[in-house]
Amino acid sequence: MSSMRPSASRARASAPARVVLVTGVSRFLGARVADALQADPGIERVIGVDTVPPAMPIGRTEFVRIDIRTPSIAKIINAAEVDTVVHLNLVTMTSAARMKAKEINVIGTMQLLAACQRSSAMRKIVVRSSAAVYGSSGHDPAVFTEDDEPVLPPTSGYAKDAVEVEGYVRGLARRRSDLAVSVLRFANFLGPSVDSPLSRYFHMPVVPTVFGFDPRLQFIHEDDGVEVLRRMAVEDHPGTFNVAGDGVVLLSQALRRAGRSILRLPAPAVQTLGDMGRRFGGLKGFSPELLRWLTYGRVLDTERLAVELSWRPKYSSDEAFADFADSQGLGQSLPLALFDRLTNPPGGRR
Amino acid sequence: MKHEPVMEEARPEMRPEAQVIPLNTDAADRLAHDSESLDHKIASALRFVRRRLSGEYEIDEFGFDPELNDRLLLPILRPLYERWFRVEMLGLENVPDDGAALVVGNHSGTLPIDGVMLQVGLHDDHPAHRNLRLLGADLVYQIPVLAHLARKSGHTLACQADAARLLAKGQVVGVFPEGFKGVGKPYSERYKLQRFGRGGFVATALRAQVPIIPCAIVGAEEIYPKIADLKPLARLLGFPYFPVTPTWPLFGALGLVPLPSKWIIAFGEPIPTDEYDPAQADDHMTVFDLTDQVRETIQNMLYDLLRRRGPAFFRV
Repeated sequence: MSSMRPSASRARASAPARVVLVTGVSRFLGARVADALQADPGIERVIGVDTVPPAMPIGRTEFVRIDIRTPSIAKIINAAEVDTVVHLNLVTMTSAARMKAKEINVIGTMQLLAACQRSSAMRKIVVRSSAAVYGSSGHDPAVFTEDDEPVLPPTSGYAKDAVEVEGYVRGLARRRSDLAVSVLRFANFLGPSVDSPLSRYFHMPVVPTVFGFDPRLQFIHEDDGVEVLRRMAVEDHPGTFNVAGDGVVLLSQALRRAGRSILRLPAPAVQTLGDMGRRFGGLKGFSPELLRWLTYGRVLDTERLAVELSWRPKYSSDEAFADFADSQGLGQSLPLALFDRLTNPPGGRR
Repeated sequence: MKHEPVMEEARPEMRPEAQVIPLNTDAADRLAHDSESLDHKIASALRFVRRRLSGEYEIDEFGFDPELNDRLLLPILRPLYERWFRVEMLGLENVPDDGAALVVGNHSGTLPIDGVMLQVGLHDDHPAHRNLRLLGADLVYQIPVLAHLARKSGHTLACQADAARLLAKGQVVGVFPEGFKGVGKPYSERYKLQRFGRGGFVATALRAQVPIIPCAIVGAEEIYPKIADLKPLARLLGFPYFPVTPTWPLFGALGLVPLPSKWIIAFGEPIPTDEYDPAQADDHMTVFDLTDQVRETIQNMLYDLLRRRGPAFFRV
């Protein structure tokens, strides 16, 4: 995949970020990143924008209710002399209103980037992308590096949006070579406060999986994800980076660790069940991309990020999953409890 | 002919069970020992089941699950290796005890059972119990069940990136450059090596600077003698061929039982690649020369082994 390599000319005098704009601030990732940034005394102002008011208090972050699909975003960027943009607006819960999500993802990004290109105060753009840009298929190499092309590029959903967003971001980076542009391809977020199609999937009373496939998955803990975004915003790390917790977890392994009951079904049946869940069970966003990922999985090589930041995520993939499972109260598995009962009868040897 | 002495040396260690039988001494003592070890076995098996149920095991980034492989997958294959095909391993000293190497073998048998037998052999009979990481066809990773069992058993997709990554981690990587041309060839062409692709495996070895170990497998050709190919049916199912053997599809599922041919697997002397420059991986002349050298070596080994084995059936 055409990815921007970390440039060698990073030694350029990096004036610290002064005014930071965070898009998508009303969602959990935006709110947490804004929170982390406002704790930094070097940053004068943190401005958060979103279409809906934030659900939780966001401290000294100034909230502006604005639709980034409109040119009004340029007014804010100019008026406040924003020098750093942290673009977290990628909507991944797509199935509810796909057209709207696509507009927010793609048109919103175009408006934002157009405004950045015009701004003379602008210095840095950090874009949240997704590992979904690599697609997911049985023809994939075991591990994706930032330079690998997807074998079967995503054709729909937010994965395709992310591909298009990255394309526009690369275009901007070409036209404004003075900007430090960081693109972060995140693995799926998990953690105590994550509410995503994936977390809801794990919460299903009986979890359907695709018969005959056991995908290799990676997760990034929300704390680590926020830390990466914070570092990218306050330091200069231009380039494209994969972000994922170390190690790999199999879907079956994760479900067993979380004590979920597994129902193995052929792929079309899983999709049908997901669609029904979407309609009746509040299981928003059980998308075809999610199903492909739950069939074939995907693993990222995160070496480039580790070298660039001299840092490794605190939570490995399985620790991120364990923290999510513990804090959101996924229980003890029935087969395991039964097994323990049978092998250690009360009053037995041990 | 130069690998002949290698085989003679390796011969005495071939069949370990032959030496176990004379130890039959004190029957009572053995019985006590057996029940103790049975207890131990049951406890360890229960611990294994509990770990599987609770998900407490580790896998690598390729999905290799060493515990599942050692305790479930290999034991299932072992009777096939030891009793059914009576596989003899020769020249194991040519496979290093540690560090990376690329094992290049001939492919045959209609179904790729030669790959798993090679895996069992390197694990069981090699002194360092090496895990062979095979590079398999895309098709394997499309087929339910097979897809994830192949990964859990340590194998991955045949692509440059995966091969390079495994070699960089010091693994023994196995590859069958003939691919479907080899495994799916008719019985009449048995033991005739097919074209070795574009020599991608040589380029990979050159880049990684790891030795190429030629490997000849005799016996796999006779397990499912393919006498015809139902091409339209194959196209319909998306398979590269639909074989007809004397027993399949005539006897239904029974036709899936492989014929019990006698197998010999031999490793030739490693072909070093560190005397080349890694950049020569892009030099087609070097790559083709090395490819031909490997191919010829394996073909000669096959002829020698065939002479050594004699008839395929009705011998121990």
